[in-house]
Amino acid sequence: MARSVSTNRKLVTTFFAWAVGLAIFFPILWTILTSFKTEAQAIADPPIFFNFHWTLENYVTVQERSNYFRHFWNSVVLSGGSTLLGLIIAIPAAWSMAFVPSRRTKDILMWMLSTKMLPPVGVLVPMYLIFRNLGLLDTQIGLVIVLTLINLPIIVWMLYTYFKEIPGEILEAARMDGATLRSEILYVLTPMAIPGIASTVLLNIILAWNEAFWTLNLTAAKAAPLTAFIASYSSPEGLFYAKLSAASTMAIAPILIMGWFSQKQLVRGLTFGAVK
Amino acid sequence: MGRITLDKVSKAFGDVEVIPPLDLTIEDGEFVVFVGPSGCGKSTLLRLIAGLEDVSGGEIRINGQDATQTPPAKRGLAMVFQSYALYPHMSVRKNIAFPMRMASMPKDEQDRRIEAAAKALNLTDYLDRRPGQLSGGQRQRVAIGRAIVREPDAFLFDEPLSNLDAALRVGMRLEISELHKRLTTTMVYVTHDQVEAMTMADKIVVLQAGRIEQVGSPMELYRTPRNVFVAGFIGSPKMNLLTGLEAEKHSATTIGIRPEHIAISSDSGTWKGTVGVSEHLGSDTFFHVTVEGFHDPLTVRASGEVALYYGDTIYLTPDLTHLHRFDAQGLRIA
Amino acid sequence: MATKHSRASARIMISPAVILLLGWMLIPLSMTLYFSFLRYNLLMPGMEEFTGLTNYKYFLTDPAFFAALTNTILLVCGVLLVTVIGGVFLALLLDQPFFGQGIVRILVIAPFFVMPTVSALVWKNMFMNPVNGLFAHLFKFFGLEPFDFLAQAPLASIIGIVSWQWLPFATLILLTAFQSLDQEQLEASEMDGAPWIKRFWFIMLPHLSRAITVVILIQTIFLLSVFAEILVTTNGGPGTASTNLTYLIYMQSLLQFDVGGGSAGGVVAIILANIVAIFLMRMIGKNLDA
Repeated sequence: MARSVSTNRKLVTTFFAWAVGLAIFFPILWTILTSFKTEAQAIADPPIFFNFHWTLENYVTVQERSNYFRHFWNSVVLSGGSTLLGLIIAIPAAWSMAFVPSRRTKDILMWMLSTKMLPPVGVLVPMYLIFRNLGLLDTQIGLVIVLTLINLPIIVWMLYTYFKEIPGEILEAARMDGATLRSEILYVLTPMAIPGIASTVLLNIILAWNEAFWTLNLTAAKAAPLTAFIASYSSPEGLFYAKLSAASTMAIAPILIMGWFSQKQLVRGLTFGAVK
Repeated sequence: MGRITLDKVSKAFGDVEVIPPLDLTIEDGEFVVFVGPSGCGKSTLLRLIAGLEDVSGGEIRINGQDATQTPPAKRGLAMVFQSYALYPHMSVRKNIAFPMRMASMPKDEQDRRIEAAAKALNLTDYLDRRPGQLSGGQRQRVAIGRAIVREPDAFLFDEPLSNLDAALRVGMRLEISELHKRLTTTMVYVTHDQVEAMTMADKIVVLQAGRIEQVGSPMELYRTPRNVFVAGFIGSPKMNLLTGLEAEKHSATTIGIRPEHIAISSDSGTWKGTVGVSEHLGSDTFFHVTVEGFHDPLTVRASGEVALYYGDTIYLTPDLTHLHRFDAQGLRIA
Repeated sequence: MATKHSRASARIMISPAVILLLGWMLIPLSMTLYFSFLRYNLLMPGMEEFTGLTNYKYFLTDPAFFAALTNTILLVCGVLLVTVIGGVFLALLLDQPFFGQGIVRILVIAPFFVMPTVSALVWKNMFMNPVNGLFAHLFKFFGLEPFDFLAQAPLASIIGIVSWQWLPFATLILLTAFQSLDQEQLEASEMDGAPWIKRFWFIMLPHLSRAITVVILIQTIFLLSVFAEILVTTNGGPGTASTNLTYLIYMQSLLQFDVGGGSAGGVVAIILANIVAIFLMRMIGKNLDA
């Protein structure tokens, strides 16, 4: 039973909650606002909040100068590709662990998670050399592989926790009904786990979209995603606040919009399936 | 055709032997009930027949063919699970169609069978609903529908009624019995409820700790339980079992007498007792009678209403033609 | 509970994931180990030779190593402290009934969606810049001398930026945990006369322990390898004031092309991470089972 709370108390809470919420959100809001200003207005003191002359000029400039759309497309390919590849590898693995557990299941899961602990920088040199020798440097395929591997433990872990909530009897029923393993996973397990899979997909797209170690170190121009596109603004363009803001807004907008539209699944996903 | 033969079938989980080697034949068209207390291995036995578990030893033959290594889908059996195990993301129609879809049956044949099953099970109005929108009884019928459309050699039921409330359970019990009469297909039914076993079975298999205690028709088990366990397990209310002096009088270690085989009198009889709690069911009345020198109170049945009250003194006389005698090993003395 | 057949397929189904991760772990790892014993500089190809532990000696005796180690620990602990404590209070606040819960929740989650390079750049330039940043404007408004955050308190500034990114995550997990708290349990303790602070301490916090474990585990994984934030804001400087291990090794291998030295650093980083990992795994092993 939810308890009724006095309106006064609710109003006080509302005030504080909104204040904190806006404070946390402010840097993003400020970036978005600044992206529509002229450079002069962007650095004006005292700062201008709303009453400026809105312009799209910065967006045009950014696209012209650094070809936003190519980087955007690279980000889409990298995050989408690595998530898809990760799912294809992880769904069967999670099925095994959730429905045919053995004594080693827990150890395998822990070991997989522990590969996440491997500091990327520890293998930076060999990866760089392997990529150079295989001609994978600055290619989409190379990065998709790396991003798949670094996020695979998380995908497996999350799918495992979701799959475990599905009663095994239903899969046994499918087996009795004559389903092959492939049909069992494709027609019964996967559709039943859709909410969990959606959460996993969302979280992984975000992690891959924002991954900024391998994408910065293994790309130069061709395959560089938005993380690298933005890093190129670190100097000296960083001092042109309006353009920096426009570029930043364009880099984070796709994920922000996607995140907001799928809040429910995302919230579930953001807890990595570990807290219910 | 649905003749299932278990030949020295055993099952062990690791070092724990849950089913010692066991032989059993289920004839074509029979309604066989596995009954026993929880943990007696009856569900495991069913899953062995289904192929959801591997046997540790022995052979399972279906229609004379060795099926021990056959995967579940190829054994020609259909199963109804305790939780119904319906596919929650599919409509009732799709649920029922699933096994046929897996067998790549032609679409019009699928539709024909779905219609027939839906009609037989009163599901026609619900075909486009999801399982989540159905009541327990309806879900149960969908699960049965999914099983019958395959026209299997035998149906396996794993405690199918235990999730239903008491009133529905009686109704579904009748429906399943009727289904069996109509289809005359072999049915293997697992339950812990001896009433279900007695009312539905052609043949009851009483299990305890993985061992078969007795196999027989309900009335055989009722009349001539092979040992103390079966005697105590089959029949409701339970048979009164007496040990010690009273048993020695009949040269047995344990004697058993059913509540319905004890006559009540207000002035004379073999045993003198005091009436305790009485349960009035209308058609019958059961008295719990404390008899001096007996360890447990006796349960006694009287027909209709009897004017006896808490604390009254009564005399009881067992019908000796229905007295069951058991030896020190708990086995029946003929 | 399964058949030989399904166990066999289970092994087949899990093997791609296991093999890939094993390869991902072992191949580069053994290469790193091998390189760490070589004198190997990309600028001097063909000059590779076995040098034993020399690379380790140089790496470990480099004063930068000790600085980087300290910075890494400070960074991880600092961010964990801020996000866990801040997260508990935020979750507590957001768990109360108020108007516009959905919107505020979106506002609070938003920083998690922002890629590290963007948040670092925005904070560096638009907020922390000593001339044109918003903080500088704010300081001047109050008649104070603008403070050059990234020059004078580089590590603290980076901790601030990273905390901003991870606070939503901690808040969200803790909020979810709060919402699963049994209200009757709280009401019972209220009936028993426990004041609010005691209820918080003896009922809510223990209930949160599992969620806090998850926050610490997952954040530590990511925080140990903070990289982009440093690359974009301070380049590890001034001096080594904001260099963490990741960044130090990056400089050695990709900026100085010293593969041997970088690899030795990598091995050291892996060993340290493993120490942390063992510690963390014990912690979650205990906490996640329950």
